[in-house]
Amino acid sequence: MELSVLLPFIVNVIIGGLVLGFVYAIIALGYTMVYGVLQLINFAHSEVFITGAVVGFEVFRILQNSAMNGYLKLLIALVAAMIVSGLLNVLIERLAYRPLRGAPRLVPLITAIGVSLILQDTLRFLEGLQGRFDLTYTLPTGFADKFCSTTSSCAPLGNFLRTIGVDVQLKDVILVIVALVSLGVLNYVVNRTRLGKAIRAVSQDRVTAGLMGIDSNLMISATFLIGGALGGVSGVLFGMKFGTINAYSGFDPGIIAFTAAVLGGIGSIPGAVLGGLLLGVIQNLIGVTNIFGNLLGLANLGTIDASYSKIGPFIVLVLILIFKPTGLLGKSNVEKV
Amino acid sequence: MTVASPVKPAVRRPLVKPDRTVWLVLFFVVTSILLLVSHETDVMKNLGALGDVLRNKVVEALVVSLFLANVLFAYLWKAANWAKLLVGIGSLLFVLPLAGQADTSLLDLSIQIMIFAALALGLNIVVGLAGLLDLGYVAFFAVGAYTWSIFGSPRFSEVLKYYGANAGSTGSGTLVIGLVLTAVAAGSMLYIRGMHGRVAPTTLSNLSFLLAGFGLLSGIILVGRSILVLASGSAEALANGINPGFFWLFLALSVMTAALVGVLIGLPVLKLKGDYLAIITLGLGEVIRVLANNLGLYTAGSQGITPIASASVPWFNSLAGALGFRPEQYYLLFLYVLVLIVIAVILLVNVRLDNSRIGRAWIAIRDDEIAAQAMGVPLMQTKLIAFATGASFAGVMGMIFAAKQTFISPESFNLLQSITVLSMVVLGGMGSFSGVILGAAVVTLLNLRILPGLGEASANVSWIPQEVNPANFNRFIFGSILVAMMLLRPEGLLPNARRTRELHHEDDQEDESADGNASGLKAGGDVYSAGLATIKEDDKTGGSR
Repeated sequence: MELSVLLPFIVNVIIGGLVLGFVYAIIALGYTMVYGVLQLINFAHSEVFITGAVVGFEVFRILQNSAMNGYLKLLIALVAAMIVSGLLNVLIERLAYRPLRGAPRLVPLITAIGVSLILQDTLRFLEGLQGRFDLTYTLPTGFADKFCSTTSSCAPLGNFLRTIGVDVQLKDVILVIVALVSLGVLNYVVNRTRLGKAIRAVSQDRVTAGLMGIDSNLMISATFLIGGALGGVSGVLFGMKFGTINAYSGFDPGIIAFTAAVLGGIGSIPGAVLGGLLLGVIQNLIGVTNIFGNLLGLANLGTIDASYSKIGPFIVLVLILIFKPTGLLGKSNVEKV
Repeated sequence: MTVASPVKPAVRRPLVKPDRTVWLVLFFVVTSILLLVSHETDVMKNLGALGDVLRNKVVEALVVSLFLANVLFAYLWKAANWAKLLVGIGSLLFVLPLAGQADTSLLDLSIQIMIFAALALGLNIVVGLAGLLDLGYVAFFAVGAYTWSIFGSPRFSEVLKYYGANAGSTGSGTLVIGLVLTAVAAGSMLYIRGMHGRVAPTTLSNLSFLLAGFGLLSGIILVGRSILVLASGSAEALANGINPGFFWLFLALSVMTAALVGVLIGLPVLKLKGDYLAIITLGLGEVIRVLANNLGLYTAGSQGITPIASASVPWFNSLAGALGFRPEQYYLLFLYVLVLIVIAVILLVNVRLDNSRIGRAWIAIRDDEIAAQAMGVPLMQTKLIAFATGASFAGVMGMIFAAKQTFISPESFNLLQSITVLSMVVLGGMGSFSGVILGAAVVTLLNLRILPGLGEASANVSWIPQEVNPANFNRFIFGSILVAMMLLRPEGLLPNARRTRELHHEDDQEDESADGNASGLKAGGDVYSAGLATIKEDDKTGGSR
């Protein structure tokens, strides 16, 4: 393949990976925040996230024929998804995890897996009652267009991208902007407000925080609310990016996002974002390996295609946990006896 | 701290169980008659309305469940030994095959229950005894199944044909080179290992060890490839897979392969803590499934492998024929007996292991890794043994599963299967052998009989949409099982006594200072020392609450 063809191709793949990475990054934040306060992998987060996607789908479906501005529709979808997913996450914590504080480690984990399965079937049931299983997003008009349709209305960035042969869609740009705004808001809340300070205190040492007058149960609920709301946002973005979702499709992105959280260092917010972006790019690169397949001499492994991109994150996870278990930006904590 | 009243620890006195010999035998007779009658079609025709009721899928599922409850009651109730033996042996060896003669699906169901019971016993070792949450357990099942399927089906001749057509420069010379390379590499690995015993490992020696390991791998690949190429001439003769007589050899091989894969998967990941381990084993399970999907040459990809041969045992077939079985039932009956024997062996191995030094070590690392290590339990070795043991049970059952289904595809080994086995273990009771067998029976009956039965019953009801009928609700049900058990009865239905005491630690403990309270370690965070901050909010230092 000639370089003039290959270069834009690679750039396209990387840009697509980054867009995907932003979705993973926001899902990963939900995992990482909950892990920070409870040291629990919230398996149900992937379903909280897909609930957000389903809510977004419903909002777009209901508003399909209204003459409202597309951006306003998106805003309504995002807010609705945030509220539903956030409250769902709080509910899960109250009903399933809170009674198990102080139980052996495996008990809440198994519970989380159970909650995840229950939610999957509940979602399928609710959508199935109306005979809908594979939900196909119908975005407001204009969202799926090229970022830069005509040269006259091009932004400088769009012009530059066109000259090197990269095409970005408007929805990708919207997705990245929404993701960046969410990250900014989260960063402000965690680092600049009393609530954020209290959450950080609880995640450092729940008992001592309680002695200092912080209601640790309330803070844990708040963490679940924030994590769930982020899950809702990422759900809507995921639905916009992929177009088709169903009740079970939260699993794969959930696992990848968890891997991203571990890769960045679990419990670290910038780490989750970094890990998400890296994994998005890695996954997209693996997805196109069939170009390099002959180089690697892997012809015997059958066709290398997108199905292998599913296992990329796991390979990354194994390598990370073997060589740097704390993740890229994580702090090491030694278990004292 | 005000102490309202001295709390007396609840002493659990062993209850004197009433003798239920008569009830047991009566129950056995009644359920056996029900089971036999409800599967004899010509008798059912004469029963009229009662026959219609018995033919109903849900009722039929209930009858089967009640019949299987016999074995459970024989285990639980206090009764004379002759009655227990009569019920146990009678129901499994006489009544079930007899009913299976009339309705082959019963044999199928029993085999399935026992396969899952063995899987649950294997996972119970990993999760219940050693405390390592493995969510990719079905991978070992897949390894065992594919080990036999590739050789016991036309797939193998396809592989040989491919290598015959693409031999390249491979020949007997390659075989020699491969053998030499393997021997040299294995020798160097052993030598470096021995050297590490005498002097501390350096970077150079570690690298050499890795290099030798790579050499060993290459040698094995070369040997395998050259053998395949040299044997490619016999591809035509093996058009229907290898001689079924090799079944017995492969029974041993599948155990070894699965155990080997268990060790290989375990080596990199067993250093990790509980929940990381869970995620990573889940990932590796998916990796194995994706490989099975993509290695089209060996596993036929997503179409799956079929037909898979089973062992051919002429004397058994003639015996079954003499007993009135039809020829198409021979292989199922044979597998039924085989699976009974295998599960008996597995149960024996489990019980013996549990009381052995290894079993003690597992429980020690489950309860408190750091303390166990300090007491001289070799962590890595103990965990690897747990992984390999659990994997080997799954491997042998995978092979029997492949022989029973005569068709396997990667979709038979998805994550939901792993979760299903986990829910069996959790439902029955982690660490309790009778418990996980009960869990396996209950969940399998739910999956194969009760849910489809309910599904058929609700299919005719107009206001229930087809898409939401109970037959598709396995996930919901397993999820509910997991959550409900964890919240209400974490020790399971038939708990293991030690485990119960551990999980209900707070209820009947007056003073924890007598036995080292390690629960704080498992709750996460740091425990500095006795007397300083304990980890749980409601824990106070000192004894009483």
